[in-house]
Amino acid sequence: MTYMDSLISALQSLKVNVLRSALTTLGIVIGVGAVIAMVAIGAGAESRVSELIKSLGSNLLMVTPGSVTQGGVRLGTGTRFTLTEDDAEALQRELSTIVLAAAPTVRGAGQVVSGNVNWATSIQGVTLEFFDAREWDVEIGRLFSQEEVAGAGKVVLLGATVAENLFSGGDPVGQMVRLQNVPLEVIGVLARKGETGNGGDQDDTVVIPLSTAKKRVLGDRQLRGNLVHAIAIKVSDASLMEEAERDSRDLLRQRHRLRGTQTDDFTIRNLSQIMETRAESSRVMTLLLAAVAGVSLIVGGIGIMNIMLVTVTERTREIGLRMAIGARGRDILTQFVMEAVMLSLIGGIIGVTLGLGGSILIAEIANWPMLIQPQAIVIAVAFSAFIGVFFGFYPARRAAKLDPIEALRYE
Amino acid sequence: MSAPLIQTESLTKDYHVGGGVVHALTPLDLTIAQGEFTAVMGPSGSGKSTFMNLVGCLDSPTSGRLLFDGEDVSRLPTDALADVRNRKIGFVFQSFNLLARLTAEENVELPLMYGRVPRGERRAKAVKMLGLVGLAERGHHRPTQLSGGQQQRVAIARALVNDPLLLLADEPTGALDSRTGVEIMALFQRLNDEGITILIVTHDPEVAEYAHRVVRMRDGHVISDSRNAAPLRAADVLARMTAQAAE
Ligand SMILES: Nc1ncnc2c1ncn2[C@@H]1O[C@H](COP(=O)(O)OP(=O)(O)O)[C@@H](O)[C@H]1O
Ligand SMILES: [Mg+2]
Repeated sequence: MTYMDSLISALQSLKVNVLRSALTTLGIVIGVGAVIAMVAIGAGAESRVSELIKSLGSNLLMVTPGSVTQGGVRLGTGTRFTLTEDDAEALQRELSTIVLAAAPTVRGAGQVVSGNVNWATSIQGVTLEFFDAREWDVEIGRLFSQEEVAGAGKVVLLGATVAENLFSGGDPVGQMVRLQNVPLEVIGVLARKGETGNGGDQDDTVVIPLSTAKKRVLGDRQLRGNLVHAIAIKVSDASLMEEAERDSRDLLRQRHRLRGTQTDDFTIRNLSQIMETRAESSRVMTLLLAAVAGVSLIVGGIGIMNIMLVTVTERTREIGLRMAIGARGRDILTQFVMEAVMLSLIGGIIGVTLGLGGSILIAEIANWPMLIQPQAIVIAVAFSAFIGVFFGFYPARRAAKLDPIEALRYE
Repeated sequence: MSAPLIQTESLTKDYHVGGGVVHALTPLDLTIAQGEFTAVMGPSGSGKSTFMNLVGCLDSPTSGRLLFDGEDVSRLPTDALADVRNRKIGFVFQSFNLLARLTAEENVELPLMYGRVPRGERRAKAVKMLGLVGLAERGHHRPTQLSGGQQQRVAIARALVNDPLLLLADEPTGALDSRTGVEIMALFQRLNDEGITILIVTHDPEVAEYAHRVVRMRDGHVISDSRNAAPLRAADVLARMTAQAAE
C-alpha cells in the first residue's frame, strides 16, 4: 500500500461523515487561526510602535504644564501655563551632558491661504531646537535663521500635506501665504512624517518661529511674556532617559520654586515609554492568543484522538477484512495515521485562512500594517500535521495491533 | 492425484481461557490436493473455524506443521503471513464483508492495493473479475445498491482478483436464500472446474453435496473423510428450479 493509497483511503473515509470530520477539526481550526492572528498582530503592533517612535523622534521627553492644585482642586493638564522659554533654555544649559536639545513650542490652529486656496491646519511655533528634538528636517528650502527666530520673522515652513493642498505639486518655496491673515513667506517644506499614534496626520501642520507665533499669529492672551505650551527634551541616549526625566523634574521644580510637598505644576512624559506601554498591551494580547492557541491545539488533538478511537472501534470488521486480504500492520497504521493527519491538516488550512482573514480585519481596525509571515503559515500547517501524527498514532496503533480473527468476528 | 496444496502434520491449536486450556485441534492430519473442492462439516465447537483460520494463515498453530503450497507457514511472522494471504488465498465470508463506502470495483481492487499492484493496472483487473462473476454492469454500484447474492459475487471477485491458489469460504451461503445459495455454489463449481482449489466450511448438508470431498470433524479432529463420487451439479439444480417455477 503506497502513501498515495493511504491518502485516498483516508479521504474516502473522512468523506463518509463530513459533519463529524468538520466538528473534529474545529479545535485545530481555532488553534491554528489563533496562532496566525497572534503572529500577525504581534508583528503588526511591533512595527507600528517602532514606526511611531521613529517618527516622533526617539529619546524624547515631553514636558507640559499641568497638575496644578488650586485651593485643593487638582486641575487637569494644561489648565494654566507654567512653562517658559527660559525653562527650556535652562534645561539645555544646566543638563547639557544628557540633554541634546530642549525645544519650547506653542500650538494653535488656523487658516492658511494661498491665492484663493484655503486650508485649515495646526500651527506650531518653534525654535531651532525643535528640529533637532523631533529629528525633522526640510525636504526642500531651508530652516529658519537665528534672526528669524529671534525677531519674529515673517516666514513659514509647510508640512507636506499642507504644501500639497495649497500648491498641488507646484514649488511653494518663495510663495507668500496668509496665516490667520498674517502674510508669511514660505521658505521650505518639511519632510514627510506620516501618521501619529492615534491616526492624526503629522504633516498637516505649518511651523513658524516661536516669536512669530506669539507676537503675530496666535494672539493668545493667556500666553503672556515668554510662556510656552510645551517643551520637548531630546535626551542624548536611551539609557539616560530616567536620569534626564529626574534631573529635568528637579530643575523645573527648583525654577518654579516648588517646596517639598507641593505637587509639580508640570508633567513629564516619556514618549517612547508610552509607546512601549502600548507595545506591552499588544504583547499581552499576543500572549492571550498564544494561550488560546495552545489550549485549542491540545483540545483539538485530543478531539482527533477521541474520534479516531471511535472510528477504529466502528471499523473493527473493516480492519479485520483488510488484514485478511493482505494488509500488514504497517498498512493499517499508515492508513489511520493518515486519516488523523488529514483531519488536522484540513483543520490547519481552514485555520490559516480564518487567521489571515482575522488579522487583516484587526490590522484594518487598529490601523497598522498587515504583515503576513509565510514562515508562520508553514509552521502552523506543519504543526497541525504533526498534531495529527501525534494524536492519531495511538488509535492507529490500536487498529494495527488488532487480531484479524477477532476483528472479523466483531459485531 | 495432483500435488498437495495443504498438508497438515500433527497440527494442534490450544486456547487458554481463564486458567484452563481448550484443545480446539487435537493432532490433525489432513492433505488437500490442488484442484479439490472440499467441504468441512461438523457440529458447533468441533474446530472448523480454528482449522480454517490456520489454513487461511490468519493464525499460527500451537504445534505441528502446516505446509501451504510446499511452504511451511506454521511459524511465519505476521507480515509474512499477510503476504501469503494476499498472494495465495481468497476469503469469502458469510456476511460478505464489503466496505460500504466503496463501489463494487473499488472493493474488488483492495487486495491489489495491498499486493502493490500499480494503480493503473488495478481497475482493469477488477472490471475483469466482476465480469467473471457476472456483474460487469454493476462496477459502480455500492454494496447497499446490490442484492445479497450480488454482494457475495463481488466478494468472490475480490477473493479471485490476485489469482489465489485457494478459495476459503466460511458458510458462504449462510446469509442467502436457497436459490441464490445454489447460484453461488454454481459459481464455485465453475471456478473449481477452471482449476482453483476450494475449501468450504458449512453446517448445511445440502451445500456439502456440491463438494467432491467431505471432511467431518468433531472435538478437534477428523472423524470421516469421504469422496463424493457424483457431486450435485449446481447448474442442473438451477435449471430444475427454473423449470419447476415455470410450471
Ligand atoms: N479465541 C478463542 N478463545 C478460546 N477458545 C476458543 C477460541 N476460538 C475457539 N475456541 C474454542 O475452540 C473450540 C473450537 O471452536 P471453533 O473452531 O470455533 O469450532 P466451530 O467453528 O466448529 O464451531 C471450541 O471449544 C471453542 O470454544
Ligand atoms: Mg465456527
